[in-house]
This record gives sequence, C-alpha cells and structure tokens, in this order.
Amino acid sequence: MSVTTLTLDEVSHILTRASFLEAEDPLERAKRLAKRKIALLFYESSTRTRTSFELAAKGLGSDTTLVSSLSSSIEKGETLKDTGLTLRALGAEAIILRHPNSGSPWLLEQETRLPVLNAGDGMHEHPSQALLDLRTMLNHLRPGVTQVGPETLAGVTVTIVGDILHSRVARSNMLLLPRLGARVILCGPPPLLPDVAVDAGPGIEVERDFERALAQSTVVMMLRIQAERLAGLQLDLEEYKTAYQLNGERLAKFAPTALVLHPGPIIRGLEITPEVADGPQSLILEQVHHGVAIRMALVERALTQKGGQA
Amino acid sequence: MSTLLIRGGHLIDPAAGVDGLKDIVLKDGRVVEVAAPGKAKQAEGAEVIDATGLTVAPGLVDIHVHLREPGQGHKETIATGTAAAAAGGFTAVAAMPNTTPTNDSPEITRWMQAPERGSSVRVFPIGAATRALKGEVLNDYAALKAAGVVAVTDDGHPILKDNIMREVLAQATRNGLSVIQHAEDTRMTQGASMNAGATAFRLGLRGMPPEAEYGLVERDIRLVTELVHAGATKAGHQPHLHVAHTSTAQAVAAVRQARRNGLRVTCEVAPHHFLLTEEHVGCYSTHAKMNPPLRSAADRDAMIQGILDGVVDAIATDHAPHAAQEKEVEFERAPNGITGLETALGLSLRWLHHEWKMPLGRVLSLLSAQPAALLNLKGRGTLAVGSFADVVIFDPKQEWTYQVRDSKSKSRNTPFDGWTMQGKVKWTISEGRVVYRG
Ligand SMILES: [Zn+2]
Repeated sequence: MSVTTLTLDEVSHILTRASFLEAEDPLERAKRLAKRKIALLFYESSTRTRTSFELAAKGLGSDTTLVSSLSSSIEKGETLKDTGLTLRALGAEAIILRHPNSGSPWLLEQETRLPVLNAGDGMHEHPSQALLDLRTMLNHLRPGVTQVGPETLAGVTVTIVGDILHSRVARSNMLLLPRLGARVILCGPPPLLPDVAVDAGPGIEVERDFERALAQSTVVMMLRIQAERLAGLQLDLEEYKTAYQLNGERLAKFAPTALVLHPGPIIRGLEITPEVADGPQSLILEQVHHGVAIRMALVERALTQKGGQA
Repeated sequence: MSTLLIRGGHLIDPAAGVDGLKDIVLKDGRVVEVAAPGKAKQAEGAEVIDATGLTVAPGLVDIHVHLREPGQGHKETIATGTAAAAAGGFTAVAAMPNTTPTNDSPEITRWMQAPERGSSVRVFPIGAATRALKGEVLNDYAALKAAGVVAVTDDGHPILKDNIMREVLAQATRNGLSVIQHAEDTRMTQGASMNAGATAFRLGLRGMPPEAEYGLVERDIRLVTELVHAGATKAGHQPHLHVAHTSTAQAVAAVRQARRNGLRVTCEVAPHHFLLTEEHVGCYSTHAKMNPPLRSAADRDAMIQGILDGVVDAIATDHAPHAAQEKEVEFERAPNGITGLETALGLSLRWLHHEWKMPLGRVLSLLSAQPAALLNLKGRGTLAVGSFADVVIFDPKQEWTYQVRDSKSKSRNTPFDGWTMQGKVKWTISEGRVVYRG
C-alpha cells in the first residue's frame, strides 16, 4: 500500500524473490499460483503498470480479470466498496488497484479484507515503481545485492526532478530510498515542489537549481508534468524547459556518469530530450524490464502471506 | 405540569454566581426556587430527583449543530439529533440552515420548531444569510427573526463577496441578529480535503492553508470596523460577528485583537479542534475529515490557550451526522463532518477540567452561559429563578467510555468511539421534562 509499511527485511525478501522468480523456468513458475484468481481494478488508464502487473500475475500461473473504468459498473456510479465486494464474491483473492484518489487502497482493503496491491493511488504512492527503481539502481550500483539495509545506498545521491507535487512515484521513492542510506534531492519550481516536501520524511532535501542538483547526482530521476492534475495552475512550459529539461549538453556537463531514470510515460522534448532518453546513460527500458520481476514477487507475496499458504 | 425537586446536588451556575449545595424546584417549565439544602418552600408534592454527590448545572447550549431536517433525514432527524443532544446534556441547540431546502424562510423556521418534529430539547433555528446559501441575495431577516431564528449564516458556504458580507452585517445589525461566518476563502481550498502542510504532502492530498481561514476572519473584522465607523450602532444595535469553529492560531489572534479594539466579535471552538491534529487523518480516516480540517499541533495548542485565557467564547460541536455509506468512500470524496453532541461534555471535562485544570465552572460556562448569551437566548444557560427549567445533572468524577454503537444519533461518524470520557450525564431536563436518564 505504501513503501512506509514495508520493513527493510520485507524489501530484501521482495528483491530476492524477484531475482529468483525471474530466473526460474517459466513452466515451473507458472505452477506457483495456478488457479488463483487476481483482479486488476483500474480506475485510471495505464499501459505500462497494468501490463506489467498482468504479465507478472500470469507468469505465476494465476487467472487475472481486468476491471477498468471504461468497461464496467464503475461508470454507473458503483462505489469502490461495492465493486470490491463484488470482485471478492466472484472469487478474487487479491486486488491490484489503480485509483485517482489518494488512500483508496486502505478503503478497499478495509471493506473487502482482501490483500490489496497499490498500483498507484492519486498523488500518494506507487510502491511497486519505487521497488523496481530500487532494483534498477542496485543492478548498476550494487550488482548482485538483494539483501538491503540502512547503509546499502550510503554515498548515493538520487535527484528527483520535475512535478514532485503530483507524483506518486516521487513520494514512494523519497520515502523509501533514504531508509537505505541514500540522499534524496528534490528539484523543481515552487508550484510543483512546495517547501514542505522536506518535512515529508528524513533524508530529503530541496534544491531549486537543476544544474547544482545534477552535479551532485549519482542517479537522476526525471518526471513528467501531470497536466491532468495541475488544477488551474499556470505553467510556462518554455521557462520550465529552460530551467529543468534534461538535455544532452546539461547531462554531459554536470552529470556525465549519472544513471538516468524515468517512470514513464515520457514526453520527449519536454522534461527530457530524445538524445538523453535513448542515450547510453538512460535506464528507462531496463526499469520496465525490472517491473515484471518485482511485481511477480509482490503478487506472490500478496497471495501467500494472507492466504495462509506460505 | 408536575413539580420537580432536585435535592442534594452541587449546583454550579456560573451566570448566577452560584457554586455550592442547593436544592432546586422546577415548576411549569421554569425554575421557581433555589434554596439551601432542605430549605425549599415550594417543593410540596414534588417529584424528587436525588442528586446527592452529583453536579447540577444549567442545561448545555450548543450553538452549532446540523440536524439535517428538512430534507436529509437519512443522516439525522430533528428527533434523533435532539435525542443525542439530550444524552449529551444539551437542552438547547442552534440548528444550521444547510438543509434541503435551505432555511430561507419563516415557514421552514416554524416547521423545524413544530411539535410534530418530536424534539427532545429546544431547537433554535439559524437562518440562511443569503438565499440558498449562494452568497448573492439576502433573505428577509425581519421575517426570519419574527419566526424565531436567532442568527444568520451561510455555514459551509462562506460569504466571499465584500459587498454582500457588508450588507449581511448591516441588515443583521438592524434586526438585532448575529452573523455567524464559516471562515474559509474557498478560492484557496479548491479540491482540498485536509490541512495544508507536510502531512497533506506526504499523503498526496491537497491542503487547505490556514490563511484561507484567518484571511476571511480578518476581512470580516475589517467590514465590522467599517460598519461601526459608519455609525451603524446609532440604531441601537452593535454589529455582532461570530466566527464559527475557529481552527487556526491566527484566527483566534484576530478575534482577540478585534475585541481589544472594542468590537463585538466572538468565536467558538469545537472539541475536535482542541483535541486532535492533522496526524489523526492517519490512513485516510474519513472520521478525521471535517471543515475546517484538523490542523497542526501548534494550532491545536492555540485553541487550548484561547479557551484557557478566555478569548474563546463557547465550545460548540459542529455536530455533522452523515450516513455510513457516505463516509465509507475515498477520503477526498467523503463529506465533511463528525457527530459531537454526545461527546462534548465528557471530552471537555476530561481534558479542559481534569487534564488542563480549568475550573469546572468555567468549562460549564463555555458550554452553557456564554453560548446562550452570545445568541441572546433569554432564560437559558442559567438556573436563576425565572429561567427555563433546563438542567443537566452529571457525576463529575465518573469515567466512562463512549461507545458509538449506543449513540442516539442516526449516524455513527465520530473519531471518539472508545475514548475515555469524564462526567457521566445522569439526567437531562428540558423545560421541566426529563428527556434523558443515564
Ligand atoms: Zn461550518
């Protein structure tokens, strides 16, 4: 539901299982959750996350049902509680939820008593994304490490740039990475990054100057501007690009060895230029790849922990 | 009507300056005698309530409740809301006009007070300041007052336009009515569902900045000042601005300053605002969602300070019942508000009196004499001879646990379920009738 509810031991377990399941023979793997029923409940469109969770669940052999806002009773005004209870009555043993309101996974869990995986709730969190980002970083910075502790990322500085205010990816990362010893720098203009962000948790800093932030970065995580959540906020995009766009020149000058991440979808030419997105420092496609492994571990955990079949 | 003798209790009547063992005789809905123990002369043939070891006080007065009728009987009815009031020791409640339809008229005002509503305690309707709470066209205050309204407000829909608020204050003053403002500059709170700050940021919720509250309080005080300077008081009435459910330190400071400047500006604080903070939102609990929202610890402390040092004039619950299905939704979609009538006395006694050492008489005054005076409810908030026979009798020492499943209210939306309270209500008497027996 939130990365804050995961202990570092649990994070280690998820990373370990992700590696194990990824390496396992697909036929063997498909027996793990054979005949188990998982519902994907998506109130917002999402290609990347939905496909990733679906592939993960199917890879473990489970049956999945997709309920999306465009194809169901959701449209007819049914409440989240009632939709959840219906899915449970239909035999769902876990629900993967993407929802436009922050905190909705708690409501769904409370009302259905089923394990709920948070696939993104409002502006709040996107825990599986933070875990796959972590796996991507470890793969390059700490190869082979799956057991993490409070010092694992000591000396690593991760800069998250752009529309922090509306980003659930940013929140999950800023709440997770400092617990592994990383420094997190948030970078963006005040309307997209309020000063109170530093108080969201320990180990978080704010640096408004992108180039100064870049110069300190081991990892740069670029975020898109979420136009749909701007809620009347006026933003001069040309000004924004001048100050915060990650282009080849900036990267070469201030962070020539930094890893470049982006949770997608990317808007080429806005927050990031094509040469950087497709360049040698970019790990954007690798992130997508790690997503399936992490989500296999999460789905397995959801169904074996509370289902009593450990 | 029968005669009632309340015998052996410790009477605390701050407005009358009484704090000691007294016997009280109630007859025909009024207090007819307050005498030393055993010395009452008019108690012949009276039914006796033995209040030995108990505190006897004027029935409590809540000047901010939502009884939901007409039109929203699935949340609460006047009968269930006032039954909850009686259980909480209240004998008079002022009902907010955001009903369906809104209380814009003498007809609705009278309908709310009609005997058919089955009210346990006295209901004082508050009229809508503007038609349908839209902040555009003023209602007819003279007609509303004649029908029984005790104040006007657009509670829940703050009056933002300066010219309209100026006119509301002027008309209300002319008619001897108080203006109650729900101070929230809604231009700053669009889409927001809790207090602005680090907690809201972490939870991914849009926040309501404190300035949305105190900015409007400051604006209203400026309008009152202008009205006074323009000579509005010559007509005999002084403008009275009452700030509803104050929640920010700066709003209390603004009220304090206005009073120093000689203005009649008052404010109330709800128990949740002197007890809880934004941290109680926790995992998106909709029982911690209200408007104004739970604020920071510093704001909460300022509410306590304001109560202790006297700038706060009343404790009011903002009792706001909502049906279970309305609260069992996403935090951002849930309606604002919690119930409060049954918990206000127990929480106030436990925290203000027991924990923070406020004298019992002062706590009771904030719950009866002061709010009654504030809305000019004659004969309420005191047990002086001639007053209404509105009495609460409680055991000041008894600790008890609030169980929402036993609530008399139709709704169950409270964050105080399972909380330890102090001061168990034993009897509530409204105009001479026993309306609750605990
Ligand atoms: Zn209000």
